[in-house]
Amino acid sequence: MYRYDEFDQTAVNERVAQFKGQVDRRLKGLMTEEQFKPLRLMNGLYLQLHAYMLRVAIPYGTLSSAQMRMLAHIARKYDKGYGHFTTRQNIQYNWPRLVDTPAILADLAKVQMHGIQTSGNCIRNVTSDPFAGAAADEVEDPRPWCEIIRQWSTFHPEFSYLPRKFKIAVVASERDRAAIKLHDIGIRVVKNAAGETGFEFWIGGGMGRTPIIAKMIKDFVPKADLLDYATACLRVYNALGRRDNIYKARIKILVHEMGLDKFAEAVEEEFARSRGTVKLPEAEIARIQAYFAPPAFADRPARSTVFEAKQFEDRAFRDFVRTNVRAHKAPGHAIVSISLKANGIAPGDATADQMDIVADLAARYSHDEIRVTHEQNLVLPHVALDDVHDVWTVLKSSGLGTANIGLVSDIICCPGLDYCDLANARAIPVAEAIQRRFADLERQHAIGDLKIKMSGCINACGHHHVGHIGILGVDKHGQELYQLQLGGSGAEDASLGKITGAGFPPDRIVDAVETVVETYLGLRTGDDESFLACYRRVGMAPFKAALYEAR
Amino acid sequence: MKVFTANRLSDGTVVYIGEGETWVETLDAARTVTDAEGEAALDAIAKAAVKARLVVGAYAMPVTVEDGAIRPDSVRERIRAAGPSNRTDLGKQAETGR
Repeated sequence: MYRYDEFDQTAVNERVAQFKGQVDRRLKGLMTEEQFKPLRLMNGLYLQLHAYMLRVAIPYGTLSSAQMRMLAHIARKYDKGYGHFTTRQNIQYNWPRLVDTPAILADLAKVQMHGIQTSGNCIRNVTSDPFAGAAADEVEDPRPWCEIIRQWSTFHPEFSYLPRKFKIAVVASERDRAAIKLHDIGIRVVKNAAGETGFEFWIGGGMGRTPIIAKMIKDFVPKADLLDYATACLRVYNALGRRDNIYKARIKILVHEMGLDKFAEAVEEEFARSRGTVKLPEAEIARIQAYFAPPAFADRPARSTVFEAKQFEDRAFRDFVRTNVRAHKAPGHAIVSISLKANGIAPGDATADQMDIVADLAARYSHDEIRVTHEQNLVLPHVALDDVHDVWTVLKSSGLGTANIGLVSDIICCPGLDYCDLANARAIPVAEAIQRRFADLERQHAIGDLKIKMSGCINACGHHHVGHIGILGVDKHGQELYQLQLGGSGAEDASLGKITGAGFPPDRIVDAVETVVETYLGLRTGDDESFLACYRRVGMAPFKAALYEAR
Repeated sequence: MKVFTANRLSDGTVVYIGEGETWVETLDAARTVTDAEGEAALDAIAKAAVKARLVVGAYAMPVTVEDGAIRPDSVRERIRAAGPSNRTDLGKQAETGR
């Protein structure tokens, strides 16, 4: 993992001191709320429905045990004993007091964390594949490139006041576990025919009120040019992106309105002009990569008899392995996903005690590493196959052993109107009701891969546009109403869901979801035809008929 | 009928204008107004409290009184007055038992 050098630590410490001064001045009346608001937002401090909300950055979703323990400490000492992991791989605290936030940021700085780049019209916290450094299918670990982007983008003077926020995600596999095509810039690390590392650049993707899938702007950017090419993209956007209308200010609108060819031409022109300004020296790349050197994995046989025997003996463990355990690049190891989607718990919520347990497990079994996924789960990336059963036993006894990754109850869901100032409708209670309806794990496994994603407003923090089943909560004449969308995907086969028709009131939305699922089960060609594949084959009509014709 | 609400500056807690110029934490203790004159009076109190750094983001919200209890018209304000609907152990509902 990356460790702060003196420059990083000094910058973060100075920011904590600045923010303390700003809070003091605000409380003493030397600053109005209008003056203070942009400053607190630069440190991730929002004001929501019930209280302030602090969003803490988890760069590319990677945490050490010490960092996770600090997150638990903050939940316990300054909040109400829990935190909420978000679709941006960050964590949010829902109840901090303004007067405590300087102390919280000071505590975070002790473990090289902060709330910088979690708000405002800057380049936001870069996200990545939660399986980075562990996935059997990756070209190389994408996180050194994420870290290089982080260092370049943090406090970048030219890109601190962009027309709108700017999100970058990086993956290094064919499989896209970071939804790169729904980002302002999505980067896929690739190798060319000569075996050289480079980057596929995707541009102008995003969700919100105008969802657009990113377009490939360049199929191979040499590694030395990573920041020069990104700079050229940002510079064109900064100059030409709209600042007169917040709803048209994202780069996706600019690329859409200019057309990819014209936008790419402008980027090429800028790239040709400024190339070399932030060229990445080989030595610097190697220095950053060294931080991410793989842990010293013990030599283990590819198969583990303990692991296999336990699956044979224990059906619940077998279910867990089926959904939550994935192939690791090192023989005899596995990637273990920890579901934060237990029944009755808001998706993404974890208690301080659970965070501590995950930290302990990571220290003991996963080379001190934890990942946060954009699907609001956690990951222990490096677990020996021999240890998976022990890990699961601890998880199970802590309410963290739910075997539902990728299944119908593994729902992405924004905080919605239960917490969020922007929301129009609640999301969490609907997610919980769907989880209750599909509580039977056997039924979930029979249904198979199915991603439900839900947002409580058009801003789409819950990624509803790319849910296999998407749900959008709206306010219709003061009443909550839920629109249903089908056929979205945030993965490598990205697609945007289509609205089924009229929305459903709160007491009918779960029935509607079940109708969609039952219709799928009746239509699929076999167990191996997933919901998404089935929908793509048969289209909207049979689902629409099932949902509306009986009304 | 309206009530004035805001978030307290120091900790973000949801507050309402109560009797006199006080800010109270429960909707039950909030002062309701039914005419423009009453609303203007509360608005003046709210503006003064913003200036005095007691609260932020003050605004009037429509309510009705049902069986003697003040009930916000909007779902949003009902949630603000109670706490998250998925966590009845949190927020004002946990403190007041309602």
